[in-house]
Amino acid sequence: MKVKVDERGYYGNFGGAYIPEMLYPNIEELRENYEQIMQAPDFQEQFQSLLKDFVGRPTPLYFAERLSEKYGAKIYLKREDLCHTGAHKVNNTIGQILMAQRLGKKKIIAETGAGQHGVATATVCALMGVECIVYMGAIDMERQKPNVERMRILGAEVRAAESGSKTLKDATNEAMRHWINNPKDTHYIIGSVVGPHPYPEMVARFQSVISEEIKKQLQTHEGRENPDYVIACVGGGSNAAGAFYHYYDEVDVNLVAVEAAGLGNHTGESAATTVLGKPGVLHGSKTLLMQTEDGQVVEPYSISAGLDYPGIGPVHAHLFETGRATFYSVTDEEAMKSGIALSRLEGIIPAIETAHAFAALNQMTFKKDDVVVINLSGRGDKDLETYIKWGKY
Amino acid sequence: MNRIEELFSRKSDRILNVYFTAGYPKLNDTTKIMASLEQSGADLIEIGIPFSDPIADGPTIQESNGVALDNGMTLKLLFDQLADVRSKVNIPIILMGYINPIVQYGVEAFCQKCQEVGVDGLILPDLPMFEYQEVHKPVFEKYGLLNVFLITPQTSENRIREIDNNSRGFIYMVSSASTTGAKTGISNEQETYFARIKDMNLKNPTLIGFGISNKETFDKACRNANGAIIGSAFIKAISREGELSENINEFIQSVKG
Repeated sequence: MKVKVDERGYYGNFGGAYIPEMLYPNIEELRENYEQIMQAPDFQEQFQSLLKDFVGRPTPLYFAERLSEKYGAKIYLKREDLCHTGAHKVNNTIGQILMAQRLGKKKIIAETGAGQHGVATATVCALMGVECIVYMGAIDMERQKPNVERMRILGAEVRAAESGSKTLKDATNEAMRHWINNPKDTHYIIGSVVGPHPYPEMVARFQSVISEEIKKQLQTHEGRENPDYVIACVGGGSNAAGAFYHYYDEVDVNLVAVEAAGLGNHTGESAATTVLGKPGVLHGSKTLLMQTEDGQVVEPYSISAGLDYPGIGPVHAHLFETGRATFYSVTDEEAMKSGIALSRLEGIIPAIETAHAFAALNQMTFKKDDVVVINLSGRGDKDLETYIKWGKY
Repeated sequence: MNRIEELFSRKSDRILNVYFTAGYPKLNDTTKIMASLEQSGADLIEIGIPFSDPIADGPTIQESNGVALDNGMTLKLLFDQLADVRSKVNIPIILMGYINPIVQYGVEAFCQKCQEVGVDGLILPDLPMFEYQEVHKPVFEKYGLLNVFLITPQTSENRIREIDNNSRGFIYMVSSASTTGAKTGISNEQETYFARIKDMNLKNPTLIGFGISNKETFDKACRNANGAIIGSAFIKAISREGELSENINEFIQSVKG
């Protein structure tokens, strides 16, 4: 099968641009220009140069010997946690700030859940000397304090979203409202593969540097470009989209997406969209969505502020519907245990989002020669308090 | 003839369209508010279907959506409440809502129900134009529903023409680039925009919405279009202490003058 977005921004049955007229000119301006800008040689040159010298790419593809021994497969970790700012998010924000500049935008807004995207946005705005406002759910501001402080030090204004569940979904609503009220000079840097077309595709392409590098690095390590499995966690799904991108059409590569099951999928406290969701429209795109029978969006739950989003990107909805990717869900407890296990086996404390990807290993069986790549999307510094509370260290 | 078209064929100026959220302030206020609006002299009623994530709306309407949902409002219940509304209310009724609750209800079932209870038109701000044209238009037409599109100061002339060609009833002219209730008053820049639209001689009548809150802004809007739409200011008026129908009457009189 081919995983490709069509002209109107659909991946099969999902995607599109479901936006009020007030946002139409902004989205249209972006849709009409992003492709051309992205392909311009001077844009690519600047983007690649910043990825190399500012972000620190390529990130290593590390063979995790002790983890491999434990699970009986050859497990490699794509070290996105070593990106500047501590997560893959910066790949996209670098791309989008350059895009915004070429569109002549003077101000940046963003939304953030765990704070990683907010920090990455604040960072590139500082780098370029651009005004930056980041919307963050009031509850997330509490549980991700270090990242709030990092954004402020970088010069960004962090605005609390006080509506609804006061988490990522509401931060996204507030950012969209801000954009509606300031359409001319403002660019909205969406942090995941969600939102109206062309955002999901644009963000996936900025993140596709991950799978591009995996291919080259695996060739060096294993003499082949394609692993047997690529595993990544999915909230909105940007790190997964980046890790899967160059493998979408390589059918011998198993794509594994891992969602947060919170306290368990049957407890009412979960964020596992493919298990609990059905097709719906939120934040400008048609996708799988956790909702009531009446079409009201359900508040998701996960211990990880980066994964408690009630939907997934339309490309992931498509991968799920067509069976191209396998979806697992893991609970808070399974994720936390796996995060600690990784810390002690490999000396790497992962972000709690990322720990979900590792927990899926327990639900899978491998052959000894299977090559498995796990996208280690972010580091756990911001989550220390949660780890400490959970483990009573 | 559809009631909206009938209204505009008989009256071309100072048309007052009033928005409120179904199930707000109390769950069963919907038809009481409608009856009071008609008695007070409103020309059109726009009922908001509450949604958990109303991104085009500002704080006042957002909050009314939240309260209505907490009260237990659903689309199914709204249709139950509207079942015999046509025995009490004669003026045109429009349902305004975000697309997701309607998709979950089923678009055709929704349209059929609208016709059954006597709804005349729809405002669906996040429904893409191409999807309307290619998928929903025949269904809406089958059940006699007029679909009202929005334009803003940023909408290009070509797109306004396209919207005009695809609209029946009226065009909803958003007065400024904003969410609902975000701005009050009307600036000179906005008047230039109103004049620009007037000069385009559109086939459809226009109603100006967003930022209309009192007699002054209503009068100004009416000088530039066939009338205006009031939302947030009305929600505030019915949030006040006191008897609902008195609050409504007082507010409508104060606007119409």
